[in-house]
Amino acid sequence: MTDSSTLRQAQGDASLNAKIVEPTLFDLSSPGRVGVSFPDPDVPRAELPESLLRADLPLPELAEVDVVRHYMRLSQFNYSVDGGFYPLGSCTMKYNPKINEDTCRLPGFTATHPLQPIETVQGNLALMFTLQEWLKEISGFAAVTLQPAAGAHGELTGVLIMRAYHKARRDAKRVKMLIPDAAHGTNPASSAMSGLQVMQIPSDARGNVDLAALRSACDETVVGLMLTNPNTLGLFDEHIEEVVKIVHDCGGLMYGDGANLNALLGILRPADVGFDVMHFNLHKTFAVPHGGGGPGSGPVGVAAHLADFLPAPIVGIVEEGSDEEPPLFGFITPAKTIGRVKAFHGQFGALVRAFTYIAMHGPDGLREIAEYAVLNANYLLARLRKTYHVPYDRICMHEFVAEGKVEGSDVRALDIAKRLMDYDFHPPTNYFPHIVHEALMIEPTETENKDTLDRFADALIKIAEEAKAQPELLHDAPTKTPFGRMDEVKAARELVLCCWLPENYSDQ
Amino acid sequence: MNIPTNLKYTKTDEWFDPLSGKMGLSDYAQSQLSDIVFVEILVEVGDAIEAGKAIASVESVKAAAEAYASASGKVTAVNEGLANTPEILNKDPYGKGWMVQIEGGDAFDLMDAAAYQKYCEERAH
Amino acid sequence: MNYIPISPKEREAMLAAIGVKSTEELFRDVPKKHRFPKLDLPPALTEMEAAAELEELAASNENLRGDLVSFLGAGAYNHYIPSVVDHILRRGEFYTAYTPYQPEISQGTLQAIFEYQSLMCALTGMEVSNASHYDGATAVAEAVSMAYAQFRGKRTKVVISPAVHPQYRETLRTYAQGMGLQLTGDDPSDVLISNLDSLISLIDANTALVIVQYPDFFGRIYDYTSLIEAAHAQGTLVCVAANPTALALLKTPGEMGADIVVGEGQPLGIPLAYGGPYLGFFTTRKQYIHKMAGRLVGETIDNRGQRAYVLTLTAREQHIKRERATSNICSNQGLMALAAAVYLSLVGKRGLRQVAELCYQRAHYAADQLGKIKGYGLQFPAPFFHEFVLRCPQPAAEINEHLLEHGILGGYDLGQDYPALNNHLLIAVTEMNSKEEIDALVEVLSEVEHD
Repeated sequence: MTDSSTLRQAQGDASLNAKIVEPTLFDLSSPGRVGVSFPDPDVPRAELPESLLRADLPLPELAEVDVVRHYMRLSQFNYSVDGGFYPLGSCTMKYNPKINEDTCRLPGFTATHPLQPIETVQGNLALMFTLQEWLKEISGFAAVTLQPAAGAHGELTGVLIMRAYHKARRDAKRVKMLIPDAAHGTNPASSAMSGLQVMQIPSDARGNVDLAALRSACDETVVGLMLTNPNTLGLFDEHIEEVVKIVHDCGGLMYGDGANLNALLGILRPADVGFDVMHFNLHKTFAVPHGGGGPGSGPVGVAAHLADFLPAPIVGIVEEGSDEEPPLFGFITPAKTIGRVKAFHGQFGALVRAFTYIAMHGPDGLREIAEYAVLNANYLLARLRKTYHVPYDRICMHEFVAEGKVEGSDVRALDIAKRLMDYDFHPPTNYFPHIVHEALMIEPTETENKDTLDRFADALIKIAEEAKAQPELLHDAPTKTPFGRMDEVKAARELVLCCWLPENYSDQ
Repeated sequence: MNIPTNLKYTKTDEWFDPLSGKMGLSDYAQSQLSDIVFVEILVEVGDAIEAGKAIASVESVKAAAEAYASASGKVTAVNEGLANTPEILNKDPYGKGWMVQIEGGDAFDLMDAAAYQKYCEERAH
Repeated sequence: MNYIPISPKEREAMLAAIGVKSTEELFRDVPKKHRFPKLDLPPALTEMEAAAELEELAASNENLRGDLVSFLGAGAYNHYIPSVVDHILRRGEFYTAYTPYQPEISQGTLQAIFEYQSLMCALTGMEVSNASHYDGATAVAEAVSMAYAQFRGKRTKVVISPAVHPQYRETLRTYAQGMGLQLTGDDPSDVLISNLDSLISLIDANTALVIVQYPDFFGRIYDYTSLIEAAHAQGTLVCVAANPTALALLKTPGEMGADIVVGEGQPLGIPLAYGGPYLGFFTTRKQYIHKMAGRLVGETIDNRGQRAYVLTLTAREQHIKRERATSNICSNQGLMALAAAVYLSLVGKRGLRQVAELCYQRAHYAADQLGKIKGYGLQFPAPFFHEFVLRCPQPAAEINEHLLEHGILGGYDLGQDYPALNNHLLIAVTEMNSKEEIDALVEVLSEVEHD
């Protein structure tokens, strides 16, 4: 084991006295320890190109048991959906069915190479084609690409499609994307990445898009409107058809951010009310697990007039079937494609999970998801609105936003969130959307029972009482978790982004 | 809230010193941003800048903002030191935390200290 | 009602608490004429039935676990994945956790990603790594965004080698649509030229970034040091897209002076899985960190004096910087970064070298034997790692058809992307290809020559 004082020196002064709860892989490494081994080459030896070799490979050396124990211990520091309630607004932290973890791991799927001839992967292609068809049916769109790797990636794809559509019609004046003030940051970022200007549209007092502002913004320089509906306040736009009409009338297109689709499954098909393009978040609505930050999957659906612009390739039928023969599935390049948005075909492992999920729900099961997601959110809203101010006096959809403030106390959303951890709950999303002060965005999802919801509501109500009577409990929180509040200023000002510098680790 | 009386202020919380031609972010701005971790000056010596144009990009632990030129003129100096010690912007926004210096600027449309103080107080609610 | 745990009684109590009579009432804001559509989807399957259906779909593929022997690479490689990797990935604490925005209850994810960052820096010879991008192709596109941002849009030219993976170059062109960039250097007819001079000649004071691959798409290894020096002389940045297995043996791009090193991390413990999810790794030097996209985990201390980890420099990202962020990336490939970290810690310094050696030696054995067959030959003289270009006596497509009849997945048909390489196969050999498999390949290809 490397001398620990050298280790600490490399890590910077302030860590000198830090208590190390779990050493890093490099801390645990010891020269000569062997993990997994491989056989020696059994072929005549070819010379290595001496001038192109590296001198040293400073990777850690651990035995298999060391690795397993390290990651087991790390796992115990994590909160997870499998462990408890995770009411993060707009993330849809629903239960991740275990059968999906098995189906995506079938060797028939995992041991296929993306560039295999299509005749050898008809199972994969049939699955992808069917999933495209199912997503079309759920959303009402005419065509779907499964290629984008995440919601934001789907947004970029959709925005590029909108841009290409206007360009193809020689409509060069259109350079502006309208985005409501409640929108997720990926919306303006995706627009900027596509070379568009962003113009913010305010929300009105009931949480809808401000129609007057929208009308005055809509002109021949507008590419379209990026709308999340229900929006990040959890509210369904009461004028959705009017909004669509205003945008279409000025020649713009409607982009749907599908992050909140969980509220609409079997309730409304976005294409039916006039959306032209929309991304799905398979890792939200369709129970693909969040993985600690990813991978996601962001398929994009488009109306018929945009189908030619989809990224290449999409899965299609290249040879029709007959009574005896199934169709031959393959890849098709849309006529005016914007091009590919990543290598290969998309997050195939996520596609298998989503396919399994939809197959197990059917049309009735999907509608139940939306009904119970909305029921659960409204129940929590009913239980909490007397304790925490909810700025919009309306029925909510699958989530709602409350103000994380308590009258007669100086506690803020941050403190409430931290105190919730002491009650063994993951906090809701906080400080988003920006249009609500001290926002707490709560989305229970449909996979929680009433007891959990009641315990959560009870905890939040108790915390409000604590805020007045014993505010230090909130300010000091969390105290019951493995770790306490972090020094984020130190993390940003004294950047330590690697375990420690390779120079301090010598080849033994 | 520190609001030196010899300076002028914009509605976007920048200050301008008509005597030296220097400009930067006000004390109110830095306190809103809190711990600043990164400053990037977006203009170079010799650039002609117009009031309202972005002159710097600022990032704190939890927020990001742009600083806009408080007056128009030609850039004669930029504060290179901010790249290495961004926290200066929090500690000394009117002194060592200056961002850009211009020649030929004027302060017609800017608020004086009293007006800016009132403006800050209004927003506190 | 598969995963919904609310009983009818609970439902009634909840409706009463809300003050409505039915769930339908909760959807009153949805336009009536479009409300409650009848979805034309097959009725729900039970778990047992769904499992059977998926097994049938999987079984209708020919896979590399017993149906086919594979010599196909071209950006996705058949490597051995030690069993521990999936055991860790299947822990609910890791895969059902969210992005670690609440560090007090996410230290498992945060420390694992911090370690991943360190491992990638060790592998590439660079100073910082982010927490991942979607794949190698999008990582290259993000390198361009970063270089563009670094020069604040003042440099608009990007030079890209034709020997960078065709799908990476296509992806970059898609991303660059809205950026007003001039992408140049990758004329596919230039590939028969085996040196870097033509690329170097394109670098000028308006060039933001040069992009090369290591080993390149044809498997060739070049020392890019002088190209990087030439680029730096113009103030231009250089991005090297590298194969992580090769980096176990080869001189690092960091050592050559590269500014950005990205690549596809799939070879590090991630299954082929028909193309995804994979792993885009992104490493660079400290000075460029503020223009780098993607999440970043940093070390700090908590209020109990414990060493801990936290997402840092978050103001760079889209949720704060919005339209001024370098990238829109939100979800990344977190769980796959964990897979790579587990893989690297399991194989370690010694094991990764063993894998690389096996790939190198078996590939060179294959190249040697194949090159001896009449009508075949190695196209390029440059040193290679585990892939090489085999010139064939007939069009590559026909050769591959013949190989498939023998249960062999041949190399990548280069004619698809490079018109001058119509009879050429890109053959990949990994530790998963036994000597017997290679000998069988040689035998079958010899047959073709005799036709």
